[in-house]
Amino acid sequence: MRKTGTRLAAWATLLSASGAATADYAYNLQAPASQIARDVFQLHNWIMLVCLGIFIVVFGAMFYSLIKHRKSVGHKAAHFHENTTVEVIWTVIPFVILMGMAYPAARVVIDMKDTSNPDMTIKITGYQWKWGYDYLNEGVSFYSNLSTPREQIENTATKGEHYLLEVDEPMVVPVGKRVRLLITANDVLHAWWVPALGAKQDAIPGFIRDSWFTADKIGTYRGQCVELCGKDHGFMPIVVEVVSEEDYAKWVAKKKGAADVAATDNTRTFDTAELITRGQKVYEANCAACHQANGMGLPGAFPAISGSKVATGPVEAHIDIVLNGKPGTAMAAFGGQLSDADIAAVVTYQRNAWDNKVGDAAQPAQIAAARGGSEAAAPAAQ
Amino acid sequence: MSDAAHAHDDHGHHAHPTGIMRWLTTTNHKDIGSMYLWFALIMLFAAGSMALLIRAELFQPGMQLTHPDFFNQLTTMHGLIMIFGVIMPAFSGFANWQVPLMLGAPDMAFPRMNNWAFWILPVAGLLLMSSFLLPGGAVAGGWTMYPPLFIQGGISYDLTILAVHIMGLSSIMGSINIITTILNMRAPGLTLMKMPLFVWTWLITAYLLIATMPVLAGAVTMLLTDRNFGTHFFNAAGGGDPVMFQHIFWFFAHPEVYILILPAFGIVSQIIPTFARKPLFGYASMVYATASIAILSFIVWAHHMFTVGMPAAAQLFFMFSTMLIAVPTGVKVFNWVATMWKGSMTFETPMLFAIAFVCLFTIGGFSGLVLAIAPVDIQLHDTYYVVAHFHYVLVSGALFSIFAGIYYWLPKWTGHMYDETLGKWHFWLSVIGMNIVFFPMHFLGLAGMPRRIPDYALQFTEFNQIATVGAFIFGFSQLIFLWVVLKAIRGGEKATSKVWEGAEGLEWTVPSPAPYHTFETAPVVK
Repeated sequence: MRKTGTRLAAWATLLSASGAATADYAYNLQAPASQIARDVFQLHNWIMLVCLGIFIVVFGAMFYSLIKHRKSVGHKAAHFHENTTVEVIWTVIPFVILMGMAYPAARVVIDMKDTSNPDMTIKITGYQWKWGYDYLNEGVSFYSNLSTPREQIENTATKGEHYLLEVDEPMVVPVGKRVRLLITANDVLHAWWVPALGAKQDAIPGFIRDSWFTADKIGTYRGQCVELCGKDHGFMPIVVEVVSEEDYAKWVAKKKGAADVAATDNTRTFDTAELITRGQKVYEANCAACHQANGMGLPGAFPAISGSKVATGPVEAHIDIVLNGKPGTAMAAFGGQLSDADIAAVVTYQRNAWDNKVGDAAQPAQIAAARGGSEAAAPAAQ
Repeated sequence: MSDAAHAHDDHGHHAHPTGIMRWLTTTNHKDIGSMYLWFALIMLFAAGSMALLIRAELFQPGMQLTHPDFFNQLTTMHGLIMIFGVIMPAFSGFANWQVPLMLGAPDMAFPRMNNWAFWILPVAGLLLMSSFLLPGGAVAGGWTMYPPLFIQGGISYDLTILAVHIMGLSSIMGSINIITTILNMRAPGLTLMKMPLFVWTWLITAYLLIATMPVLAGAVTMLLTDRNFGTHFFNAAGGGDPVMFQHIFWFFAHPEVYILILPAFGIVSQIIPTFARKPLFGYASMVYATASIAILSFIVWAHHMFTVGMPAAAQLFFMFSTMLIAVPTGVKVFNWVATMWKGSMTFETPMLFAIAFVCLFTIGGFSGLVLAIAPVDIQLHDTYYVVAHFHYVLVSGALFSIFAGIYYWLPKWTGHMYDETLGKWHFWLSVIGMNIVFFPMHFLGLAGMPRRIPDYALQFTEFNQIATVGAFIFGFSQLIFLWVVLKAIRGGEKATSKVWEGAEGLEWTVPSPAPYHTFETAPVVK
């Protein structure tokens, strides 16, 4: 029993560390960077402190009893087994303690749910397996993919500092502005979470839910999808760059310029080599997670593209499945996610990579024509 | 056992079948109880191996042993099997063995249904396990089966739905049997408020099962028709709602959480008085507390869904109702401590597990209280903090109570004392290993590591490595348990009928091992 006592003491130390430590992120919540995150942080510390107090009192009594009231030290058993007063006391006291926890918690709940009067609104869409961001006030839209190279995941390259928590296009917001988030999903449930900002909200296909944060200070904040969304659930991080207002304005201007370039691409005609080069990048960002970089898919779960009937058959059917997806399977409709030029490129790449030697190419104009016959509207800007 | 079978023939019944047919056709509560327990033990090793594979993959960042999709299959199957294939059947095993013995009844009320309730379980287990071999592998959408992800999967998802139906059917039949037995077959004089607490907790658990299993059956049937017959219960594009599934599921699954712990409360409430040599403190308040927990379990379900975006009023309601559960649970812990207080305690293996249960289950209770606070839950939802929380409740709670119960009643069942030294080894390695696995997970969750991910960012490495080391200590110590059980079956010091100095109750009035048929004439309880 002495061993148990020592272990308990060790836990008590750990518990108090997690309750009281403020700087050491490893034992407690991440250092908060918004008012909500700070409220939650303090609430958690307060509750841990109360729990620790109760733990010490109750198990102090139990371990005292385990040491003193044992047969081996000759203790004779008493025979009491009922006491209504005691039962009432230890029903009422916990109730009162709970009220002391419920009151501050209720205030934070009400604050968290109040998404009124935002300075800006960003719509966030979860996809298998990336995030889409639409800045409703600025008209900026983009996708955010994991940027950690496959080699690091497969242990053939040294892992970088922000392994699995880095993206190609971070979400950028100005410091000190009240940002409202409208969160939804395109395929399955996801959940958007940045711990330091205290914002977590499930992304539900067909429904829009809101959340908000006001970032306190300039910096980079990282989070992850926290609702199981299939194979690459662990590989769709979130990065939020909080910048000064001037930097934010510059970033918006840059994004708008990039969108104009993308728009002219959709009306151009490309040569096949150009499409294949561009298509390979699109493939790696959007298709390789399931169909694999070698085009072989995963037997039983995700079909191969190399040698497949679709990728070696008529180009119209190939374009159709990429645009509209395959209902009832994990094959998403990419019509709403990728531009005409990107779809043309990836289709061309798939038809000419690996064992596929079809030799033909799809042009953005064909994609635009195919869209005419389907409901898949092109994304506003890429 | 064969002697007992002959004795049975003497009564002029048909001859007992032997070999496999004896077990297939048995209607004896002791046989069926043993089969439930063996089934649970086999499944414990199966699902435990999956856990070790999960922990091995998570020993360091990067993908080493598994593919992300296979990893999701492992976490899903580990959860489903541990809940439906280990904890629930183990408690059913205890109910079958102990309820008739504790009530002075000759058997369960519906012996044939009892046989059926058990034998469909291995079928469900086989359906689940065999799905690993199917195209696309086993189900990988999480044990919670949330759509739309669950709609995407292959054939194994349909098999899982079928298996869940079968396991639900088994539980409902078992529960009808237990309720009928308890209400109708108590020995003369054994009033409800004189029943052992284990029987009380199972009575309440059985009602929870009957109330909630059909809800689960409804939820998974809707998944089945969404998957195969073009309905859109959970598809927003067709007018459905994915969140509706979560409401229905958790309306089942929160009471299910208590189905997994109330019998544990019962077992521990039998063991602590025995080894404290002092009657259970506050028997009546223990019964009322158990009933309150069961009733409250129906109005707290949405605390599993604080991040779906409920209105503030709903969040507040579910936060307050969830916090209330701490009151009856606290009463139970206080009563156990008061039972030990001024007792004359000895620390045989069942008592050690029971004490560890009280202590560690309370840690799980505290983390539950932390998670009940909606704003804190929103930070911690779907992180390793939740994984730590429910493993404290289910491993050091439910599983430890099962170990405690096995050590406690094994001499009664086998007629031999188990090896106390090995039992203590099993206890200490389990309790230390268990804490090494699951305590660091609190820190991982607080620091922001999501659950159900096959690979993680570098700052989570150290605690994951510690957890993996603990998992292997904990996992391999269970082989000691297997050895102790086999050893006690094969021989050992003869057990007396009372077995433990402080034991009270009808089960200790029959010889050890308990004869094949007991209480053919009902005892009278004064």
